[in-house]
Amino acid sequence: MTLWIDIAALDDIPPRGARTIRTPEGCVAVFRTFDDRVFALDDRCPHKGGPLSDGIVHGHAVTCPLHAWVFDLETGIAQGADEGSVATYPARIDAGRVLIDAQRLVGRRVA
Amino acid sequence: MTQRLVIIGAGMASGRMIEHLLDAAPDAWHITLFNAEPRGNYNRLMLSPVLSGEKTYDEIVTHDDGFYADRRIDCRFGDSITRIDREAKVVHSATGAVPYDQLVIATGSAPFIIPVVGKDLPGVVTYRDLEDTNAMITASRPGTKAVVVGGGLLGLEAAAGMAARGADVTVIHLMGHLMERQLDPAAGYLLQKDLERRGIRVHCKGATKAILGTDRVEAVLLEDGTVYGADLVCMAVGIRPEVRLANDAHLEVGRGIVVDAQMTTSDPSIFALGECVEFDRQLFGLVAPLYDQAKVLATVLNGGVAAFCPVQTATKLKVTGCDLFSSGDFAEAEGREEIVFRDPSRGIYKRLVIEDDRLIGAVMYGDTADGNWFFQQIKDGTDISDTRETLIFGPAFQGGVQSDPLAAVAALPPEAEICGCNGICKGQIVQAINGGATDLGRVRACTKASASCGTCTGLVEQVLALTLGAAFAKPAAQPMCNCTDLTHEEVRRLIKAQTLKSMPAVMQELGWKTSCGCPSCRPALNFYLLADWPLDYQDDRQSRFVNERLHANIQKDGTFSVVPRMWGGVTNAAELRAIADAADKYDVPMVKVTGGQRIDLLGVKKEDLPSMWADLNAAGLVSGHAYSKGLRTVKTCVGSEFCRFGTQDSTGLGIKLEKRLWGSWTPHKVKLGVSGCPRNCAEATCKDVGIICVDSGYQIGVGGAAGMDLKEIERLLVVETEAEAIDITVAFVQLYRENGKYLDRAYKWLKKVGLDWVRDQVSDPTIRAALIERFDLSQTIYQKDPWAERAAPEEAIRFRPLATLSQEAAE
Repeated sequence: MTLWIDIAALDDIPPRGARTIRTPEGCVAVFRTFDDRVFALDDRCPHKGGPLSDGIVHGHAVTCPLHAWVFDLETGIAQGADEGSVATYPARIDAGRVLIDAQRLVGRRVA
Repeated sequence: MTQRLVIIGAGMASGRMIEHLLDAAPDAWHITLFNAEPRGNYNRLMLSPVLSGEKTYDEIVTHDDGFYADRRIDCRFGDSITRIDREAKVVHSATGAVPYDQLVIATGSAPFIIPVVGKDLPGVVTYRDLEDTNAMITASRPGTKAVVVGGGLLGLEAAAGMAARGADVTVIHLMGHLMERQLDPAAGYLLQKDLERRGIRVHCKGATKAILGTDRVEAVLLEDGTVYGADLVCMAVGIRPEVRLANDAHLEVGRGIVVDAQMTTSDPSIFALGECVEFDRQLFGLVAPLYDQAKVLATVLNGGVAAFCPVQTATKLKVTGCDLFSSGDFAEAEGREEIVFRDPSRGIYKRLVIEDDRLIGAVMYGDTADGNWFFQQIKDGTDISDTRETLIFGPAFQGGVQSDPLAAVAALPPEAEICGCNGICKGQIVQAINGGATDLGRVRACTKASASCGTCTGLVEQVLALTLGAAFAKPAAQPMCNCTDLTHEEVRRLIKAQTLKSMPAVMQELGWKTSCGCPSCRPALNFYLLADWPLDYQDDRQSRFVNERLHANIQKDGTFSVVPRMWGGVTNAAELRAIADAADKYDVPMVKVTGGQRIDLLGVKKEDLPSMWADLNAAGLVSGHAYSKGLRTVKTCVGSEFCRFGTQDSTGLGIKLEKRLWGSWTPHKVKLGVSGCPRNCAEATCKDVGIICVDSGYQIGVGGAAGMDLKEIERLLVVETEAEAIDITVAFVQLYRENGKYLDRAYKWLKKVGLDWVRDQVSDPTIRAALIERFDLSQTIYQKDPWAERAAPEEAIRFRPLATLSQEAAE
């Protein structure tokens, strides 16, 4: 079941940037790309735990600020020679508001 | 039996609906048509040509009095409905009540007025109907100052119309580029350039704070403090469905009046149509889907079967001379590919988005002749796998051969001009090559071809390849990144030569291969632009690495380190107390003395940064920029103040230099050292600039480093006075800022340009003075404490999570 909850206004996230949501299981990064799409991923690089929300957002990808691993925001999969992936969560925009599937977010380790 | 149909609103959708309804059943209906505007239906899309003077009102009327009379339609123009009584099936207006069997609400939309001070002053208009248009026509005499708030479709048409009538027009747009809903940043940039060329001022990222004036509008004030004088302000920030009547009648209303595919509202006798409607959570503003709705509703009212199904729409801007087209979905996404064509000199940009071998979106600027053909391809879902190679060239090219750039150059006659800047034709280049100029550098040296703006470099190389055949080896110049074939040096040169002042400008004019760059080119471009155009370019935080974006050093566990500036390495008890208090208050796990003579607070949580900075600011401490490609530290020894060997006041000079240089951005980090005597206790000989004081003056060395490479400084100059030492240092740093490649430390840059050239530049009094002047100008913008800016509440919020979710919240 999907439970869309309103997290913030789209304008609270800078274009080509990210903000975080704190959850009991760790932070989730919410990215806003140049074309005003939003993506939610675990805010933790599988390599050394870098905060992806602090990386540079380019196209539909983010580069981890610690060791420059690049992740596809759609799939959460590491690009290029690096191997690994980050969990992704459904996110969408409705009337200028950012909505996240809370069911998936909170229940993710249990499910 | 004749049914009584009441229609509220005589707009384009209802006009079309009446035509369909009566064409199919001329005698089945008795129609009463209400309209708040004192006139019938006209083509609202054509208000822009009326505003610009290209058309008159009479030319855009679609249904004249005769139309309504022939169909015996009872017209109540200028009469507003005040209430719908659903129980009694009656509508009420100022002049009385009219009963209905079926009711159609087609109230359209109302302009959105941003709630700022002064919005109700005389002289503030919207852009929706003929009254608004006439108000703007009356106001736009030559010399009138008009401000349009909103850089979308409507706002730009209003701006262009008033400009065409001679008004001095400024457009204020909240977003980073114009028409962001229809255009990507590259096309938005071209549009802005075109509008600016016709004298319209464009201010993007501008938030309107207030409209100023006493009896009528006088000016518009933006959040950033800019003020534009205004005799007329046109609000064109958007529209919202006009749903008041439906709300009062307790019909189901979301953002618009909710209808099903038969255009029926939550009351089966009431239908809705047009811009006031919400269907399947969508609103509709373009005319094509509205006409579809009109057709569906007419069929449904006549008892037929029809369903509304939204289709693709395309957008064009009706501003003469601005050719743009956008359709479909042009966002990047997984599994999508794009084909980009840019012709910088002609201002043409085309981008096609392809998914599963089908065209799904198109944005075009400058040449939109093929727009409709692409639109058709999108609507039809044509498989383009066979035509993909030439797809972007449009229908004219389909079936043609794949173009070979080398063949095209081979076909050029000897007198064809290759280098436009220097007027060099192909024959001269071939002659030079045959005369022994077998590489690009030598061709440049003996013909000047491609030696100015550099745009024709590729062409010259193709001439080389054709003339020399296999003997020509293209030099393996390292491109800046995968987004471009140009090198850092070429990009820097072109930014200056072509006065490119924004990132979209660079990416468009230099033919970037990606839509918004990558982590390699974006920080470099950001530096080049801010270094070359300090007053015009606005620093782009999102193009900076995390340390420079957050003004703190990220650590391996995602925490940050905080290093306050200690001028020349000198501190006092009050500062130390403030640092100690901050360490206690924020549970700082480690306090460490750095190699640059300051104190590092390590392990600070991101969300604590702004309040810690505010605390340190309160004690007079500012950012030490320990994280930046900019001025880091000026390390000093105690010098003549205390030391028995000191020859000059090295501490004082260090402090003066640090106060002058702090806050400036450079290609890589810049560290300084000032030692009071040749014993060199400040280790100045391994700094980017190292000054050794001697009895007779100051020995200035440059190009030292103690990082991956260990480099000793080389002597730049020896000067007699402290003032000269400061001047030379500032001029050197500015020369490095203007010419260095991003991420080249000073010694790497010096190796490329040569110490002699640098010495010549900074020794020449005129050049030196100009360098210093440009440096000081840049400092007026950039010498600001970033901590103070980010400790402010509206900025500090960005360091905290957007929200905190608990288990309960989801249940």
